[in-house]
Amino acid sequence: MSEASGSPVLAFEDVHLSFGAVKAVNGVSFTVNEDELFAVIGPNGAGKTSIFNVLSGVYRPQQGRVVLEGRDLLGMRPPAIARLGVARTFQNIELFANLTVVDNLMLGRHQHLRYGTLAALLWVGRARGQEVEHRRRVEEIVEFLELEQWRKMPVGLLPYGVQKRVELGRALAMEPRLLLLDEPVAGMNLEETEDMARYILDIRDELRIPMIMVEHDMGLVMDIADRVMVVDFGTPVAIGTPAEVQRNPDVIRAYLGGDPDVEAAVEAGVEAAIAAEDEGASA
Amino acid sequence: MTTLMKGTRWGRPELYTDYRQEMALLNTRSKKAGTIAIIALAAVLPLTVADDLLAILYAGLILAIGAIGLNLVTGYAGQVSLGHAFFVGIGAYTAAVISGDPDDRRLGYGIELMPVWLLGAGLAAALCGALIAPVATRLRGLYLAVVTLGLVFIGQYLFREFREISGGAEQSRRAAEPTLFGMNLTEDGAWTEEQKLYWFGLGLLIVMAVLARNVARSRIGRALQAIRDRDVAAGVMGVDLTRYKVIAFTLSSFYAGICGALLYASIGSFTPERFGLLMSVQFIAIVLIGGVATISGTIMGAMLIALLPRIAGELPAFVPFLSGSPSEHPNVFEFQEVMYGVLIVVFLLFEPRGLFGIWHRVRTYWKSFPFSY
Ligand SMILES: Nc1ncnc2c1ncn2[C@@H]1O[C@H](COP(=O)(O)OP(=O)(O)OP(=O)(O)O)[C@@H](O)[C@H]1O
Ligand SMILES: [Mg+2]
Repeated sequence: MSEASGSPVLAFEDVHLSFGAVKAVNGVSFTVNEDELFAVIGPNGAGKTSIFNVLSGVYRPQQGRVVLEGRDLLGMRPPAIARLGVARTFQNIELFANLTVVDNLMLGRHQHLRYGTLAALLWVGRARGQEVEHRRRVEEIVEFLELEQWRKMPVGLLPYGVQKRVELGRALAMEPRLLLLDEPVAGMNLEETEDMARYILDIRDELRIPMIMVEHDMGLVMDIADRVMVVDFGTPVAIGTPAEVQRNPDVIRAYLGGDPDVEAAVEAGVEAAIAAEDEGASA
Repeated sequence: MTTLMKGTRWGRPELYTDYRQEMALLNTRSKKAGTIAIIALAAVLPLTVADDLLAILYAGLILAIGAIGLNLVTGYAGQVSLGHAFFVGIGAYTAAVISGDPDDRRLGYGIELMPVWLLGAGLAAALCGALIAPVATRLRGLYLAVVTLGLVFIGQYLFREFREISGGAEQSRRAAEPTLFGMNLTEDGAWTEEQKLYWFGLGLLIVMAVLARNVARSRIGRALQAIRDRDVAAGVMGVDLTRYKVIAFTLSSFYAGICGALLYASIGSFTPERFGLLMSVQFIAIVLIGGVATISGTIMGAMLIALLPRIAGELPAFVPFLSGSPSEHPNVFEFQEVMYGVLIVVFLLFEPRGLFGIWHRVRTYWKSFPFSY
């Protein structure tokens, strides 16, 4: 396992979550450091999305600790966790389909806008001032993600790849301390995938927001992630740099059910994952 | 709060120079001109239209206020409420009690000052909404609809049983009488009662509609729509679902209360039976026909629903098989009973965006007129 650099932003400690007999997350522990792009990979149903749902307060685990910058998140409801700076995108896009791109991003700034119902009714003054100010912030994100031409369109009408980008923008608009990306390039073509990879790297290197990325695209994960965690049946199999993980025999077993020839196993594992992803995309 | 840019330059210089202008309610010249024209037209209408029609239009204007309330909770926040009539009833009785004759055998405080009983009616209804909201926020979709339906029946019971307030079943109670600048709007003077009420209703509707539009375009309105579209995602983005559902119900009920306080000003009185399921359905019909999550559409829908009995009354002259007499079948009265349902079905099937959608299409068509097919 590689030594983590910097201080951890997030510590996920021995988390157990089960749905009846299904152990979705079974004793997972990891940390995410400042400026780190931490990837989580694993076969379908391994518990990756469940980890995100625990982190953002959607699921409540039976056991464990989730500590963000010194604060325990367990038991908090999603809005409270959002206020502490956890933002995420979803595996199956969860945008507000009837709102425009700008309004979706403005919704991301919900917690940064601070005026009440009475101010909203009257609009002039506080409400308008803040709306104008935050609209300007949103415009920065529109430009960053090159969404200019879709600004005023209801997101439900946009192409899939653009929706994925808007969802990333909505999460960025929250000015998160930690960003969770659930399969950011699933179902995208090569060009869209490359664009998304560029945005993700910019977020890490320029905005310096630590990220956890769940992704089936092995090529992308091995290219851009700082560290990778492999989970299988809710259990962590390995954590390390992409190179370390690729050499780890347990990982190969998780993907293939045991193969002595390491090189071939990795190849096949990657292919299996790609096939799984294609399956997911076409489903 | 750290800035998102953290020293990096993001893309090109801004294209927009003034977001305040972009975000204005009437942000284009044509919208501004159109709105002014419609208001001006509506304002001079009483000079040419007969009083009996004006009374109908007044009812439409007041219904529009109530329906805007329902659209906030159902159209914007996506919480289907069949209980709107209950809050309208609370408003009607609160206004009647505050302004009612203290010497009457029924409860009355004799405060005839309109701002007092009008706000009182709105706030009493809003309070009821706020109290019921926490129960409603635990429910979704069909369950919420059924529970709010129950509210209507509870309301019917309460309105009938609190005799000191309503007088009992089928007993009518005098509606509060709007007075403005010392002028009783329900008495004829230089202008007729109908003219004065209509102008008052128009002015109030404009105010209430602007307030509702403000809420709709604010962080509150976005949060409501986010809850409607994706409630889990809304929570994850920092929207406290319970809080915003309570806000939606409270605001919605406030509008209902205002509507109730004024709805019977032109008729003069009302009975507990008014606030039944039919009224709730009528409001749902207005929202669906006018268009979900649009304020201007709601106003169009309310006017159409208010005028519908009148339109139906004229029908026998045009539709040969429809009779104007109750003893023959099919007659207009039967037709009136089914038309809400028919209109709801027709709009849901053919124009889910309601009258607003139709209007929007007409507008777009004319905008691109020389180039369209
Ligand atoms: N709400 C739920 N109720 C019951 N079981 C659930 C629930 N959410 C997840 N599970 C189960 O938990 C396990 C892990 O699911 P999860 O969605 O976390 O997998 P995943 O790794 O994200 O898979 P994929 O790659 O397909 O997205 C699966 O067996 C799933 O069926
Ligand atoms: Mg998943």
